[in-house]
Amino acid sequence: MNKYLLIPLVLFIGLVAFLLVGLHRDPHEVPSPLINKAAPDFQLQQLSEPAKTISAKEMRGKVWLLNFWGTWCVACREEHPVLVKYSKTNALPIYGVDYKDDRAAAIQLLAEEGNPYTMTLSDPEGRTSIDYGVYGAPESYLIDKQGVIRFKQIGPITDEVWNNKILPLAKQLAQ
Amino acid sequence: MKQLIALICISICFAVVVIAKDAQPNEDPQIEQRMKNLTEQLRCLVCQNETLADSRADLAEDLRKQIREQMKAGKSDKEIIAYLTDRYGDFVLYKPPVKATTYLLWFGPFVFLIGGTIVLLRFVKRRREMIHEEPLTADERKQAEELLRSA
Repeated sequence: MNKYLLIPLVLFIGLVAFLLVGLHRDPHEVPSPLINKAAPDFQLQQLSEPAKTISAKEMRGKVWLLNFWGTWCVACREEHPVLVKYSKTNALPIYGVDYKDDRAAAIQLLAEEGNPYTMTLSDPEGRTSIDYGVYGAPESYLIDKQGVIRFKQIGPITDEVWNNKILPLAKQLAQ
Repeated sequence: MKQLIALICISICFAVVVIAKDAQPNEDPQIEQRMKNLTEQLRCLVCQNETLADSRADLAEDLRKQIREQMKAGKSDKEIIAYLTDRYGDFVLYKPPVKATTYLLWFGPFVFLIGGTIVLLRFVKRRREMIHEEPLTADERKQAEELLRSA
């Protein structure tokens, strides 16, 4: 048999493999250009005490998780109990950013459903969220001691994401 | 017929309302035009098949607001695009930039075209070489003439 006849077959199989991989990718997961870059600075009011503000710079020296959420966001409700559960392990401080939300509603939700956050900040205009490239809550950023973003989770944090991705990386970064 | 005319009139009224809501009467028309041209080349991240100009998503509205503010502040289109790609990556651009990771995207089709043409030309050439042209013998010629005559 002519070996050249196999070339189109090989090319075709290659193309099919290429397309198959593409088919299983989630087009909503846009790779963030912020990975391994400095976390954008912010100056945000605390949710329950607007007089107090906090900036990203104040977090230097800590490994922390920054979680963007809102009471209007359905997927955040799904994520909430998972965060509450892992916040109790004290493995990693979680800072919440209440994104374009009603302050009172957010305070009420945290009171009723539990509060996983070391501190909750308020971003009513969504400016900080835009700086972080948030396009669909919930989104979470793991930030290292030098203030560099090391991991971004788009969509709810699940047990699997926490145990297999966030926690191992946070432990490694904490050393 | 009257009902039809009435229906058309009502539709036009609604259309006018929608247009009125869209226009920004207090904004500088020059900036609005620039905005429109720029945002039509950008992808909305929430509804990925819509442009930033068309999208009704909250985020798109916020980003348009940001772009408008930056234009008023005298930023160039290039600076504004950099502002967006710094946050959301090249994904926001409908026309991706030519760089190492996008070479395959930009030049792949041409590589396939050239490769295909080479393969085709070689194939045709080989086929041509396989066919040996031999002149007919006198006998064969006679046979052919007979066949043609009988037809």
